[in-house]
Amino acid sequence: MAAGAASGGSAATDTYKEARTWLLMPAWITLSFLILAPVLLMLVYSFLTKEFRGGVVWEFSLSAYDQFFFDRGLFGDEPAKIEWTYITIFWRSIWQAGAATLLSLLIGFPTAYFIATQPERVRPMWVFLITIPYWVNLLIRTVSMKFLLRDQGPLNDLLISTGLIDSPLHIVNTNFAVQLGLFYSYLPFMVLPIYAAVERYNFTLSEAAADLYASKMTILRRVLLPAVKPGVIAGCILVFVPSMGSFLAPDLLGGAKNFMIGSLIEEQFKGNAGNWPFGAAASMILLTMVLIILLIFARQQAKAEKET
Amino acid sequence: MSDTSQIAIDVRDAVKRYGDFTALKQISLSIMDNEFFTLLGPSGCGKTTLLRMIAGFEDVTEGAIFLYGDEIENLPPNKRPVNTVFQNYALFPHMTLLDNVGFGLEMRGASKSEARRKAGEMLELVQLSQFSARKPSQLSGGQQQRVALARALAPRPKVLLLDEPLSALDLKLRKAMQLELKHLQRETGITFIFVTHDQEEALTMSDRIAVMSAGEMQQLGTPNDIYERPHNKFVADFIGETNLLEVSVDAVHEGRATCHLGGGHELTCNAVTGIGVGSKVHMSVRPERLFTSDAPVEAESLKGKVVENVFIGTDISTIVNLDDGPQFTIRTSNSDRGNKRIFDQGAEVFVNMELGAARLLVD
Repeated sequence: MAAGAASGGSAATDTYKEARTWLLMPAWITLSFLILAPVLLMLVYSFLTKEFRGGVVWEFSLSAYDQFFFDRGLFGDEPAKIEWTYITIFWRSIWQAGAATLLSLLIGFPTAYFIATQPERVRPMWVFLITIPYWVNLLIRTVSMKFLLRDQGPLNDLLISTGLIDSPLHIVNTNFAVQLGLFYSYLPFMVLPIYAAVERYNFTLSEAAADLYASKMTILRRVLLPAVKPGVIAGCILVFVPSMGSFLAPDLLGGAKNFMIGSLIEEQFKGNAGNWPFGAAASMILLTMVLIILLIFARQQAKAEKET
Repeated sequence: MSDTSQIAIDVRDAVKRYGDFTALKQISLSIMDNEFFTLLGPSGCGKTTLLRMIAGFEDVTEGAIFLYGDEIENLPPNKRPVNTVFQNYALFPHMTLLDNVGFGLEMRGASKSEARRKAGEMLELVQLSQFSARKPSQLSGGQQQRVALARALAPRPKVLLLDEPLSALDLKLRKAMQLELKHLQRETGITFIFVTHDQEEALTMSDRIAVMSAGEMQQLGTPNDIYERPHNKFVADFIGETNLLEVSVDAVHEGRATCHLGGGHELTCNAVTGIGVGSKVHMSVRPERLFTSDAPVEAESLKGKVVENVFIGTDISTIVNLDDGPQFTIRTSNSDRGNKRIFDQGAEVFVNMELGAARLLVD
């Protein structure tokens, strides 16, 4: 199309340009109204003053950021001290999301590999089966998970009846329960990109490595993983990023002790007790952190690429 | 074959079944030390399956495989001292050429620097040392082919397996690589097992050839044997060009069979065991063993008429229809035109052959 337009003179080129502008409109509209505008709105709100029954007063203020990082305020009479409450929540979010991502990778990679090595005609069925639980609302699934894991729930009943444990394991309201919840929520986002990568993988490469005296573990580490790395990275990002900002799993499975940044933000916009600028500021901090983490990741990838 | 006393690979009654389908029906063969051995056959004949069984990628349903006396059919591929050159090379795309070639050495316990040094030597052997820091995708097909060869040879395998390694190359490059492979085999003294469906390639390169079809070995012999003395119809037809005609056997006497072709033409052929008087079998005679003349010259002369002359560069191919009988293709070398006449289309000619040029075949 491009080559044809180039040889067809200026009239054809203009038509092509015009068509391209119109054809790209849906993409531009989506990007600007659904992604850029909300983010800009949040950025603006984070620098406004809070109104007491929710909402904002249109007056510039840094108090939201001040409240997030400092005790008693940076601009108060007494010397400022760092406020650890929110930073701890933040740190916990990174840690929880990281653990959930690792868990998803450990379970998701073998699953994806399994599906990709099935006969071609049954692969769509396996992918379909992976997605079936996602037809049910996430809230309902997370609540169900709480019922499954609670002290008198089926899991503990089973473990006790088989004699593995004497008294119920307290899983609900622990960090582990949150990780489990996040893992369960986002597992397909790990499985599907890895599946796509492994499906494209040339299995003769594994044969060649085995032929050259490599053990199964060495083949995985030196040949398969480097070849499907883009899929693994995509899967990790797709699980880590939404896990960071998630509030359902931490709220329902983690309890008050295991608060995550998503819940903190959610609370600021709920009912009359909220603080919109503070919620917006926390969102902007979350966004910045995720971007920084991704950037560091991308940098290291590029560096590793150069070295080999 | 400098040392024929030692058997490199001994395949004993190997059977391969996939469910109900039998890919290999009881194959037994011995491949000698330092031999260039070729498995030749059409696609689906089981030659690649047999190679993959020797490499360890397919398990053996029944039977055994020995490598210099050691039974290997139950060892995983990484425990067998044989290396493979794959059809599509299977070079590791994320590694440099040097790391690709050094991979096997490293896996066998060489240090990284040692592996790199030896890999460098191997790349020099295949004349690619100036590209050692490149990735495989930056090379042409022929260069990738040579890297694959260097990688498989670097750990000094006891036997090198080559799975149609030249099939992706264009004709000129393929011819050059055929010779290069042959030289490499002589230089290194490693036993090569080469799989191909290209009969010309097999004849050019091999010390011995096993012709396979439908999971069975049809004939095993030197290129000369296979070409000049095919056992059966399949081998005669698959290897080279031939005139394959149905004949009735009238009498068998001292290794010669008197037969007649369609149209009542009589012909004496070399007999093979197991052919009785009165049976209808096939006869094969190579086009280059025939020549035309205007009067009968040899004992075996058949009368016919020229249908067409086809010029094919080095040769001229003449098609002759016998009176009321079958068609023969006759090949005359272009350099031989002074001695042998090319008759015009429509000319009445005799098709001549020496006694013994025509051979009977079992079906």
